[in-house]
Amino acid sequence: MYRYDHYDQSIVDARVDEFRDQVTRRLSGQLTEDQFKPIRLMNGLYLQLHAYMLRVAIPYGTLDSRQMRMLGSIARDHDRGYGHFTTRQNLQFNWIKLEETPDILAKLATVEMHAIQTSGNCIRNISSDQFAGAAADEVADPRPWAELIRQWSTFHPEFSYLPRKFKIAVIAADEDRAAMRLHDIGIQLVERDGLLGARIYVGGGMGRTPMIAPLIRDFVAADDLMSYLEAALRVYNRYGRRDNIYKARIKILVHEIGADAYRAQVEEEFAAVKQLGLDPPAAELARITAMFAAPPFDPAAPAEIDRTDPDFALWLDQNVRAHKAPGYSIVTISLKPVGGIPGDATADQIDLVADLAERHSFDELRVTHAQNLVLPHVRTSDLHAIWQQLADAGLAEPNLDLATDIIACPGLDYCSLANARSIPLAQKLSERLAPVQHNLGELKMKISGCINACGHHHAGHIGILGVDKKGTENYQLSFGGSGAEDVSLAKITGPGFDEDGVVDAVERATDTYRTLREPGERFLDTYRRVGMQPFKEAIYG
Amino acid sequence: MKLLTGNDLATGDVTWWTGSGWSRHVEDAADVGADGEAIARAEEGARRVNVPYVIDAAATPDGPRPAHIKDRIRALGPTVRPDLTLKPADPQAGSWVI
Ligand code: SF4
Repeated sequence: MYRYDHYDQSIVDARVDEFRDQVTRRLSGQLTEDQFKPIRLMNGLYLQLHAYMLRVAIPYGTLDSRQMRMLGSIARDHDRGYGHFTTRQNLQFNWIKLEETPDILAKLATVEMHAIQTSGNCIRNISSDQFAGAAADEVADPRPWAELIRQWSTFHPEFSYLPRKFKIAVIAADEDRAAMRLHDIGIQLVERDGLLGARIYVGGGMGRTPMIAPLIRDFVAADDLMSYLEAALRVYNRYGRRDNIYKARIKILVHEIGADAYRAQVEEEFAAVKQLGLDPPAAELARITAMFAAPPFDPAAPAEIDRTDPDFALWLDQNVRAHKAPGYSIVTISLKPVGGIPGDATADQIDLVADLAERHSFDELRVTHAQNLVLPHVRTSDLHAIWQQLADAGLAEPNLDLATDIIACPGLDYCSLANARSIPLAQKLSERLAPVQHNLGELKMKISGCINACGHHHAGHIGILGVDKKGTENYQLSFGGSGAEDVSLAKITGPGFDEDGVVDAVERATDTYRTLREPGERFLDTYRRVGMQPFKEAIYG
Repeated sequence: MKLLTGNDLATGDVTWWTGSGWSRHVEDAADVGADGEAIARAEEGARRVNVPYVIDAAATPDGPRPAHIKDRIRALGPTVRPDLTLKPADPQAGSWVI
C-alpha cells in the first residue's frame, strides 16, 4: 500500500489547520454561509437533511486496518455508530457536527486519510478495480497508476475549478469491475508488444444525461500517461461549458463536438504537453510501484477446502473468487444483509473487518463501487474461520452480484437533493427476492433517489430512479443496463410506480425472465435477446 | 400555515422556529405567517440558525405537519433508522412521514 511521504503528510496536515481556522471563523460569524459553503465542500463537508455529512476519501478503494479502525472510531465517537460506504468507494458519515469536524479531519490525517476533493468541481477520488493486485486477469496492478493520478490531481492548480466535477477510473483487466466506461475518463491498462500502456475512454457518466465513454485513444504508452491526461483535461477546461450546469460535464463536450474533434484537440495539446516533462521520473514511479509490491504469499499454502457445511459452501461459491496466487482467495464481504441498508456498516463491523484484514489479508482491504468490502489476499485454508466470524457479525450474506446485492444511494432518508427514498425500496426488494435470488443468477439492481444517479441506476440490469410526482414518491423502472465490460445503458420500461408497485413490477419481470431464460443466461442476457416487449406485457398487462 | 426551519450552525441539527427561539421538535413550531423571511435573516445574522427557509405546513391536532415529504423526513429523522429518529419509542412514527 502507498504510504505518505513528508510532502503528502504536510499537505494534509496544513489543510486540517487551515480548515480549523475557517471553521472557527464561521462559528464566530466572520464568515457567512455563502463564503463558507465552498470551503467546507472542498473539505468533503455537506449539509444534508439531518446534519452535516462528511465524505472521506478512500483512494482507489484501498485501505489498511489502521485506517479502517479509525473510521470505526470516528463512527463511534463523532457519529451515531455507523458509516455508509458509497458507489465512489468512499465512506460517508451522516451525523457530523461542524464544531467537531476539524478534530475528525485531524484524526484522519494521523492515518493518512482526508476528505479533500470529495466534493467540488475538481478531480475526485480515483476509483479502481477492487481486486487490483489479487486478480489473475490484470496486466499490471492499476493502483500505482491510480496513486500517481491521485498525486497529480491533488490541488492541481489548473484543474481545481473545472467546469464540473471529474471522475477517473483505472483498471487493468478486460473484466471491468469498476464501471470504467461510465467515468469522465476511463483508463484501461493494456500491454502491447511487451509495452505497458493505456486505452483511454473519455466522456462517460451517469446523471441526467447518461453516456458511455467512447474510445479516444487506443494506446498511450504508460510513460506518457500523465501528459496525455493533462492534455485531455486541458481541452475540457478550455471548452467545457460553464454557463449551464447541466451541460458542463466532459461527456457533453465530447458528445457535442464529437469524439473525433475532441481527439484531435487532445492530440494537439498532447504534443505540446509532452515537451513539459510532466511524466514522473522513473525513480518516482519505482518508489510508488514498490509500495504496491505483492505481499509475501506462501507458495506452499494449501488449496484444499472442506465444503461439507452447506452454508459455508454457498458463501464460497457466491462471495469468494480465485486469487492469482495458489492457495489464496479473494473474499467479498457483503454489506447487503437481506432487508438491510445497502452499504451501511456499524463501528463494530468496521472494527471486525479491520481485524480480519490485519490477521488474514496482509493488512489490506478494499471498498467496491457496489458498496461491499473485500479482503483481497486470504489464505484459502483460513476461509472457514473468516466466514464464521463474518456470520456472527451479520456480514456473511452469500449474495454477491445476486438480486439482493442492491446498490442504493442514501436517497430521501438522508440526501438533500433527493426526490424519493431509495433505501426502503431496496429493503423491500431484497426481502421479496431473497427466496429466489439463487435461482435468478447474476442480477444487478441499482437504485437512485434522484436524477444524479449516485445509485448507478442507468447501469443496473434492473435500474430504478426515484422521482417526485406532485409531492409523492414515484419510481421509474428500467432494464438492460450494465456497468461491466458489456457496458450498456438501461431503458425505461414505461410509466412509473409507487413503492409497492415497483416491487411487484420487478417481481413480475423476474418471473418472466425465469420462464424465458435459456440455459446459462442472466436476466440481462435474456432481456437483450428477447427485448423489452415480453417484460412490458408482464408488468403493465 | 408557514413554518421556518433550518439547521443549527454548530451541530447541524434540524431546528424549527418556535416564535421565540429554536426547537428540534416540529411540534413546537410556530406559524410565522408573512414574517418568515425577516425572522430568517435576523436569526441567520445572529448565527442562531444556518440556511433557514420557510415551508408550507398543515395545522393538525398533533401539531404542524410539513407539506413536503422532505421536510417531514427532516422533522422525524431517517425512516429507515427508527432508532435514530426523534421518536425512537414510537413504532408508528414513520407512518407520519408518508
Ligand atoms: S442520486 Fe440523488 S438522492 Fe441519491 S445520493 Fe445522489 S444526489 Fe442524493
